[in-house]
Amino acid sequence: MTVSGALFAPGFFSSGPVHTALALGGVVAIVCGIVGVFTVIRGQAFAGEALSDIGAAGGSASFLASVSPVWGFLAASLAAAAAMEMIGVQRARGRDLATGIVLGTSLGLAALFLYLDSTLRSTTGTTVSVLFGSMFALSSSLIPAVVSLSVVSAGLVCLIQRPLMLSSMNPDLAAVRGVRVRLLGIAYLAALAVAVALAALTIGAILGTALLVGPAATALRITRRPGLAMLTAAGLGVLAVVIGVVLAYDSFLWPGHGWPVSFFVVTLVFLFYLVFGLPGSRRSSQREQGGG
Amino acid sequence: MSSTSRQPAPVGTFAVEPVLSVSALDVRLGGRQVLTDVSFEVGAGQFTGLIGSNGAGKTTLMRVVLGLQPPTRGTVRLPTASLEDGPPRRSVGYVPQKFLLDPDIPLRARDLVALGLDGHRLGLPLPSRSRRERVDQMLAAVGAEALADKRVGRLSGGEQQRVLVAHALVSRPSLLLLDEPLANLDIRSVREIVSLISRLAREQHVAVLISAHEVNPLLHVMDRVVYIASGRVASGPTEEVIRSEVLSRLYGQHVDVLHVHGRVLVVAGEGDPTAPGEDITVTHPHDSL
Repeated sequence: MTVSGALFAPGFFSSGPVHTALALGGVVAIVCGIVGVFTVIRGQAFAGEALSDIGAAGGSASFLASVSPVWGFLAASLAAAAAMEMIGVQRARGRDLATGIVLGTSLGLAALFLYLDSTLRSTTGTTVSVLFGSMFALSSSLIPAVVSLSVVSAGLVCLIQRPLMLSSMNPDLAAVRGVRVRLLGIAYLAALAVAVALAALTIGAILGTALLVGPAATALRITRRPGLAMLTAAGLGVLAVVIGVVLAYDSFLWPGHGWPVSFFVVTLVFLFYLVFGLPGSRRSSQREQGGG
Repeated sequence: MSSTSRQPAPVGTFAVEPVLSVSALDVRLGGRQVLTDVSFEVGAGQFTGLIGSNGAGKTTLMRVVLGLQPPTRGTVRLPTASLEDGPPRRSVGYVPQKFLLDPDIPLRARDLVALGLDGHRLGLPLPSRSRRERVDQMLAAVGAEALADKRVGRLSGGEQQRVLVAHALVSRPSLLLLDEPLANLDIRSVREIVSLISRLAREQHVAVLISAHEVNPLLHVMDRVVYIASGRVASGPTEEVIRSEVLSRLYGQHVDVLHVHGRVLVVAGEGDPTAPGEDITVTHPHDSL
């Protein structure tokens, strides 16, 4: 048995679903890495989770409307971002409470839509694919839309990266340089909503934030430059997706036949964080004494 | 009572044209009068201390000057643009009141300084030799060459302060605003930061407006003082403002200014230290320099 034969189950390289999963998953991992670095810096991981959970309602409704789930996730996530901006969830007090209530309601809607999906449309596996993703079931016809959305989201963040870094660090420092901090925040939230929709499409609405935040948090521990942090986060995400797809494909030969790709991706993201990013590793380089 | 602001007199060898003119400024915030009829000027190259206790209105005044807070009435004039044209951009450098940088923020000291040059620009930063040289030059000017490649979030408070000063000065502004840069620093760091800022002010030909709740650390470097109490100011050359008559008028009660070994103690007058002028700074000799 060759090395390749030991690692890759038969048919891996000629499988269409594998190609699609690698292409879509890889592109989405890159976007999540680039966008996620700022999610972590800005402390918006919970906002990302909120967008993702609300996106679940859109994703499950899309099956009822017979459109691709990518548009359902996207519409719900963008609408949620707009609502968050309008009611000032990012600033107001009691925002956790308000967000929590909206989240609960959205997941309730998702529960209804998913039930109707199975009763009215008799689609199978919708619940699992909306909530937990099923990368091998993704259609290659999604590639143009996913790539375009990826370019928009990652491109926007790259475009605004310098003012965004400055205002994430201290909004006043950015404002005195003429940066319109509020507008910048809205632009970032829009990019985040798109990235979250893409993550939900590939590894599921509930697991989406893991791909967004996990590689980014790891990258922030091991790099100290903005560009390098984004590249590292993207690289770690791609690595998790590729290894995850390989293992999931192999798992068709294991008991249970075909474990979810999302399980492997999220577990790998977690392992990367354990190995490279655990808080213990920075204790030694903590701020030194003196100077206050 | 209006301020005792006077026409800027030549101080030292500086030709004094104002880089900042604040006139008849009123600010109300949430129904509370924070600043009342504030007028003063900062001349080119002058080192001005904005002295007052916590809650006296120092930060609000700074925010109005920076264009971050619109005044209820009055005007702020800066060298290149008035506030109607939006934030002052690069003519003013700013070091905000102490804030904690996230230890994980992916910025080296040199990246933070570079953001002082082009942090408002869109697009990816292209490597530029002149940009890099200017950043190195500025890091050297604040004595932070050795910190250049370290993460800013993991530097000590005093070190972060230096890097933030370099960030504020790298675009060659004509005015530098520092909001309470001495708060929470130990005595040695206070002395270092004060002498650093006064040296930079001379070398970079930049006027400085620095806020502090304690006058003594700045006494030997200030050209002028803007003394602020309950939202009103008295301003002028240091020795003319830090006097019993002027401060008594500002506080609306008798205040003594005592000179002890080259330091000043501002103390509430006879028998009534708990009178409404609660803002009065009482200097404890062991705190001063």
